[in-house]
Formats: sequence, structure tokens, C-alpha cells
Amino acid sequence: MSEQLIILPLLINLVLSIGLMFFWTNIKAQKVLSISGSFIAMLASIWVFIHVWENGIQTFQAGSWEAPFGITFVGDTLAATLVLLTGISAFAVSIFAAVSVIKARLRFGFFSVFHFLIMGLNGAFLTGDMFNLYVWFEIIIISSFVLISLGGEKNQLEGAVKYFTLNFLASMIFLTGLGVLYGLTGTLNMADLSQKIPLIQNQALVDVTAFLFLVGFGIKSAVFPLYFWLPASYHTPPSAVSAIFSGLLTKVGVYALIRVFTLIFVNDSFIEIMLQSLAILTIFSGGIGAIIQKNIRKLFSYLIICHIGFMIGGLGLFTEVAMAGVIFYLIHDIVVKTNLFLVSGLIYRLKSTTSLDRLGGIYKSYPKLSLLMAIPLFSLVGIPPLSGFWPKLSLLLAGFNEGNYWYFGAVIFGSLVTLIAIAHVWAKAFWEDGKDVKHSKKFIAFDQLRSYQKMQYVVPIVFLALVSLYIGFGAEHIQQVSTRIATEVLDKQTYFNAVFK
Amino acid sequence: MKTIILRTASDFLLPVLLLFSVFILLRGHYLPGGGFIGGLVASIAFVLDAFANGLENTKKLLKLHPGFLMPFGLTLSVLAAISPIFFGGQPIMTGLWAEDPIPVIGSIGSALFFDIGVYLIVIGASLTIIFTISESA
Repeated sequence: MSEQLIILPLLINLVLSIGLMFFWTNIKAQKVLSISGSFIAMLASIWVFIHVWENGIQTFQAGSWEAPFGITFVGDTLAATLVLLTGISAFAVSIFAAVSVIKARLRFGFFSVFHFLIMGLNGAFLTGDMFNLYVWFEIIIISSFVLISLGGEKNQLEGAVKYFTLNFLASMIFLTGLGVLYGLTGTLNMADLSQKIPLIQNQALVDVTAFLFLVGFGIKSAVFPLYFWLPASYHTPPSAVSAIFSGLLTKVGVYALIRVFTLIFVNDSFIEIMLQSLAILTIFSGGIGAIIQKNIRKLFSYLIICHIGFMIGGLGLFTEVAMAGVIFYLIHDIVVKTNLFLVSGLIYRLKSTTSLDRLGGIYKSYPKLSLLMAIPLFSLVGIPPLSGFWPKLSLLLAGFNEGNYWYFGAVIFGSLVTLIAIAHVWAKAFWEDGKDVKHSKKFIAFDQLRSYQKMQYVVPIVFLALVSLYIGFGAEHIQQVSTRIATEVLDKQTYFNAVFK
Repeated sequence: MKTIILRTASDFLLPVLLLFSVFILLRGHYLPGGGFIGGLVASIAFVLDAFANGLENTKKLLKLHPGFLMPFGLTLSVLAAISPIFFGGQPIMTGLWAEDPIPVIGSIGSALFFDIGVYLIVIGASLTIIFTISESA
């Protein structure tokens, strides 16, 4: 009975999404419902995490159809951690969205679709069935496409088309891979696949299938060379939307890569070399892209790509230290990247622009807010003891131990480039003297907002900053979680036994 | 396109098609059919009516905007899906069946309510899409 409560956050978001439809025209009620609902969903996800932490892997079969025939939901520590992080980010973003997204967008069911997206994310993390994973990916794509195009501005639609085309292509490649996989093994249950794949005679075909999954998930998580949809689209929607996209959507791709390449296609040296070289190229191209950007939202988008490379490379190394580093980085990255785009939304509200050429003097006029915004910015860089430092240490250590000096160098290069990019943002936007910014009459500046609206801008950033401070200062706990996840994902027998008990 | 033949025919076809859609919905569990196809047939009935008598008349016939059907259908489906938790603590989406079959309809289970939900959603969604397109055209 209690096992199936692992999907409680998912159900809460589904019920919220439907419930909000009944208040289609009453935007005020939608805001209240969405924020309080996200809070409840966050509490539920905390409960799920504690439950899984204390009782080990939780599984149940939807519809009582035994595995491998039915759909299995598996809550292992990795899934529970990601569900928890989704809950935290969604709560922060729902507060931010309630004040920052304009009415014209909220009128068309923004919150309903938002919770549907969160439901899709939870489902993708919790499912134990490959085809079901595909279905959750479709739910994520459809709702994110609505969110990215809602409002219908010209540059928004341009971004949406690029986003949709490439993600759709990725889904098709994923589906093709699923077809081949089913033809090879006759099952799509992840635990069942983990036992059947090594027994197949034709390992060359298994390699090809693995490659299809690599390409499909690689596009979704913005890995070199098919990453260009990300910087072309993530800066176009409202900041609240890009916050949830950058925090969670690309990370679903990384999650799927971790799941597939630790559970199903294991010990495949071709894939490991492929992952490592793609990681190095991703770090390089994302980093170079970030340095030359003038718009901070585009700059952050390139940094997402750069840091995806860290995780993919760690996955390619495939040792326990590297996996722990990858998981730690994932935890740190979700919180910080969500917060960064919220910060960019706040900067826009302060100065009516996000272009580095026209920004300036934020520190002079808003010293307290600047200090607050410094936390996510410098956590991303990883200045010790902030949160980015610890996972990079593990990743560097793993790269050095394995003698993979290319990856070692790439991580150092990536960190250096991040430092340069963020220092550039800090110097230009915060320290340099401000220029007079003329904004249109319709624009409501931060100072003109009512105090509760100001709170709604600041509270989510404070909340996420506190979480990332905890990740930095309580690194011992997070390291404990990451190590446990790393041992768990590298030991596929436990996963199998939990599903087929 | 206001021909008298189409108009007279659609007056007869509307109830017949609606009845047929319910028939398709009910036979759906073991035989071809179900909520999705039933919903499409029902929305075709209204589209045909809109062709013959004009969009305004069909809207008057429906009274409510078809989009309102979607949240109700979704609620019904979700309730049907999570009902096993409350009846005996089984996993979600487990089929619950009443013990005695009811005449004409047959045995009733939670799957039927799930399908009725789908039926309502499909009518709501497809009519909203078609009405929006024909309004802007």
C-alpha cells in the first residue's frame, strides 16, 4: 500500500493541473491554488525521499499487472532525489511565475500546463518501463511546447519552432531505438532488459541500439553537436518558464542517459569512449559560446550546455567516484540553474534589459539584492565552499584516477570559462557604473511594485539560494546521498530484485 | 452550404450518431470501440449539424462551450484511475469490477468510467479545435 505512494507528487500535480482548469478565467484563484499546491507537492516529495531513504527501493505495478508485462514504477534513491529537486524547483518557480508572467499569458491556462509539465517530469523519473519513459517524454515535450509558445511573440515562435523540431526528432530516434530493442529482447521493462541484453548473441546490433538512445537523449540534454536548439530557444519565453526548462528539462535527458547506460547498456566500451569525447566537445563548445555572449540569458544557456558536458563525461568514466560526482553535480546544477534564470528575470525587472552592454550599477542601487544574486552566480562557478566546488572535485579526482587527462583538462577548462563568464557578468552588470536606461511606459519597474509583489520576486531566489548554500555547506550529507545513489545505480542486480520480488 | 437535403438529413442523423457513439463507447472494452472513437463519432454529429445549420445554431444547441467538457472528463478519468487505492488499497489503474452484471450494459467496472472520461475529453477537445478553426476562417 505505502509503496505506491511514491507517485504522490505526480498525482498531486495531475489533480492540480485538472483543478486549475475549472478556474480558467479566475487568474487570482489560479495563482493561490498553484502556489499552495506546489507547496503540498514539495512536502509530498520530501516525504517520498525520506521514505525511500529509510526503506530502500520502492516498486509497484500499475494496474496490478505483474512485471515485465505491466508498467512498473520504481522509486530508487536516484529517482526520489530528482523528484525532491523537481518539487523544490517547481515551488520556487510557481511563486515567481505568479508575479512575473503577464496576464495575457496566464489567461490561457499557464498554470495548468505548468503543473502538467511537472507531472511529466515526476513520471519520467519514477517509471521503470522504457516505453512509459517515452510517453512521459511526450508529455514533457507537449506541455513545454505550449509554455514556450504561449504569448505568441515573434522571436518566441521562432525559438519554439527550433525547440520543437529538434526535440521531436529526438523523440523519433528514441522511438526507433525502442522498436529495435523490443525486437531484440521482447520486453521493455528496464529491470528485465538489464538481464536480457547481455545474453544477446548479436552484440553489434545492441551497440547500434545503444547509439540510437545516445543520440536521442543526447539531443534532449543538449550534447554536442546537436545543442544549438537550446541557446536559440531558452531566452525567448518568460524567465519563470526558462527557469524550469533550464533546471529540469535538459536534466531529464541526463537522467535518461544515466539510467540507460548504467542499467541496460552496461560495460560497452564504444559508448563509454563516445560519451567521454562528446563530453569534452560539449564542455569546449558550450564554454566558448558562453564567453562571447552579450545577453545574460543567452550566456546562461551556453553555460547549461557546458555543464551538461561535466555530467556526461563523468558517466562515461563509469567508476563509483565519477558517478557520485555526476549525481552531486546534477543535484547542485538543478537548483543553481533554476535560480540563475530567476535571477535574470529579476535583473530584467530592475533594469528592463538583460543585455550586458546596457546593464550596470546594480550593486550601487541594490546592494542587498546584489549580494543575494551573488550566491547562485558564484555557486555555479564553484568557489569553495559554495555548492559547485565539491562535485567538480569528485569529477576531477575520477578523471585523474582513470588517467583520462583529456576529460580532466576539459573540466578545468569548463570551470575556468564559467569563472570568466560569471566574472564578466558581475563586473559589467553589478560593478560598472550604470547607464541611464530608458524603458517603455508600459514597463513596471521593480521599485513601482507593491511590497508583496517584491516579495514574490525575492522569496523564490532566497529559497533556492538557501538550498544551494545547504548543498555547499552540508556537502557531507549530499556526498552521502550521491555515494549511495552511485553504488545503487552501478549495482543493477538490486534494481532487478526490487522489481521482480 | 444550406441545402435542404443536408439540413433535413442532419436533423435525423444527429440523434442517431449520438446514440451510435454511446453504443461504440459501451462495447469498447473487449471489442473494437471505446471512449476515443465514441467521442470522435459524437463530435462528428455536431460538426455535421454545424455544416447544415451554421455554427451559431450548433452553439445554441450545445448551450455550454465544448471546452468545459474537458476538465469534467479529466476529473472522471482520474477518479476512475485512482479509485483502486480507496477500494482495498490496490495499485492505481487496477480494474475494479462489480460482481453482478447489469442487463443490456453488461458488467460495470472502473474502466467504463475511465472511458466515459475519455469520451468527454475527446468531444470537448475536438469540438473546441474545429469551432475555433471555423470561427477564424
